[in-house]
Amino acid sequence: MALKERVAISGVGETAYSRNSGKSVLALQLEASLKAIEDAGLSPRDIDGIIPYSNSVVVAEDFVTNFGIEDLRFSATTPLGGASCVAGIQAALLAINAGLCNHVLLPIGRNGSSSGRIGTRVQQMPQFKVVGEFEMPTGAIAPAQLYAAMARRHMELYGTTSHQLGEIAVSTRHNAILNGNAMMTKPITIEDHQNSRMISDPLRLLDCSLESDGGAAIVVSAAERTKDLRQIPILVMGVAEGHPDSPSSITQRPDMTRLGIAKASPKVFAMAGVAPREIQVAEIYDCFTYVVLCQLEDIGFCKKGEGGPFVESGAIRLGGKLPINTHGGLLSQAHMVGMNHVVELVRQLRGSAGKAQVSGAELGLVSGYGDMGDGSIAIMRRG
Amino acid sequence: MTGDTYSKLLPEPTPDSMPYWKSLNEGKLLLQECARCWRIRHYPRPVCDACHSFETRWVEASGKGAIHSWTITHHPFHDGYRLDLPYTLVTVDLEEGVRMLARLHAPVDTRLEIGMPVRLVFEKATPGLTLPGFALAAPTSDVSAPNPGER
Repeated sequence: MALKERVAISGVGETAYSRNSGKSVLALQLEASLKAIEDAGLSPRDIDGIIPYSNSVVVAEDFVTNFGIEDLRFSATTPLGGASCVAGIQAALLAINAGLCNHVLLPIGRNGSSSGRIGTRVQQMPQFKVVGEFEMPTGAIAPAQLYAAMARRHMELYGTTSHQLGEIAVSTRHNAILNGNAMMTKPITIEDHQNSRMISDPLRLLDCSLESDGGAAIVVSAAERTKDLRQIPILVMGVAEGHPDSPSSITQRPDMTRLGIAKASPKVFAMAGVAPREIQVAEIYDCFTYVVLCQLEDIGFCKKGEGGPFVESGAIRLGGKLPINTHGGLLSQAHMVGMNHVVELVRQLRGSAGKAQVSGAELGLVSGYGDMGDGSIAIMRRG
Repeated sequence: MTGDTYSKLLPEPTPDSMPYWKSLNEGKLLLQECARCWRIRHYPRPVCDACHSFETRWVEASGKGAIHSWTITHHPFHDGYRLDLPYTLVTVDLEEGVRMLARLHAPVDTRLEIGMPVRLVFEKATPGLTLPGFALAAPTSDVSAPNPGER
């Protein structure tokens, strides 16, 4: 396929993750971006394309100003909420493959903990306007409540249990402790998960992701331009985005247990020319444990309805047949809108993931999920 | 509670949705029906997603439906709803083939199931705002109650 392996992730960077950064969102994004650019072996002035996060106050112009970029040739946003980062890789691929630019920066950063509750910010977002008018007044305020109804439906149809969701929380926490830059550093058990307070049934506190301060960034480069760079290029074999039926209202979605990624997955595996069973490590967007379970099914790692037994088998743990969220994810490392998932996949495929390294990992997958069901997915390999 | 002290979130009706909100104030639930292909759609929006016609008429819903899913909220996501906690939000398949999400007026420990019949009720929130809600239908007292079941 014409777009396969035309780009690579050449650099990755992260700030420290915390509850209170004491820094501006712009400073966090610049810090993560400079680390990613340095990691790639590039100069900030080499960046000729930028895809800022669409829900951020930081815009492409901020990077032009701070980095002294003389000729920014491409900028765009990919407004898919938590699926934005991986969808941004697709946009970068298209721009680079078209010859518009060579090195596209994808920055993200937020004071998601210290600057106010995520739940209240959602009401101002245009992608939530349908929910805002017809559902929020009745008391359905936050994503946790909207996604809880999806989880409940799955449980009733397929027998999925809270214990099975707990397995995702527990194994993700285990990995966070190995990471070294994770907000959560204390082990948890299934009992801790079961004893954590109910947020919106069936989702408990330990089913929910963190609110975090920090920044993360990657550089996507033309594959042919990575030969002289510092790192092993991590080639993008396939990337796709997918939008669910009834994207603005989960309530009206014909199949509430099918996410947008179900449409993107067949395309990305076809583009990459690999099968789900070949994937050695996967970083799966984990705003809530249930969203992980549903994606594992929709991606094709197991059949619809079998996500519960799949995770319960230990498959997703380090040493299992499909280790996932080896960095601790949004549940236990930090909520960096999934850019930290891309960073971790790149480290895994470079072989530099430290204590959580999946031995011999050369082929991996990363997903994004956002805005009530938008999905994005990429398959990468060590170049 | 008067409008002055109402601390919950208020809808901001648009020209596309005004008949819906107005009908709730009058104790009715109106749904949009495409005047070209007769498809019923919800939530209110300008164009029929089947035939793309703007031509719309409003039809009164029966108020009968069945549970599609639900959640019981315990966490105070917004101060205005704190005194209501815990409360059940229910996703309902209306008899007309569309869904709604609204409050279920039943004890939170009620054992719910997919397909359980419910009926629409009206919650007077402020002098100008009536919200839709649901109550469990009494299945034995109304033998003619439909059970739309799974779609």
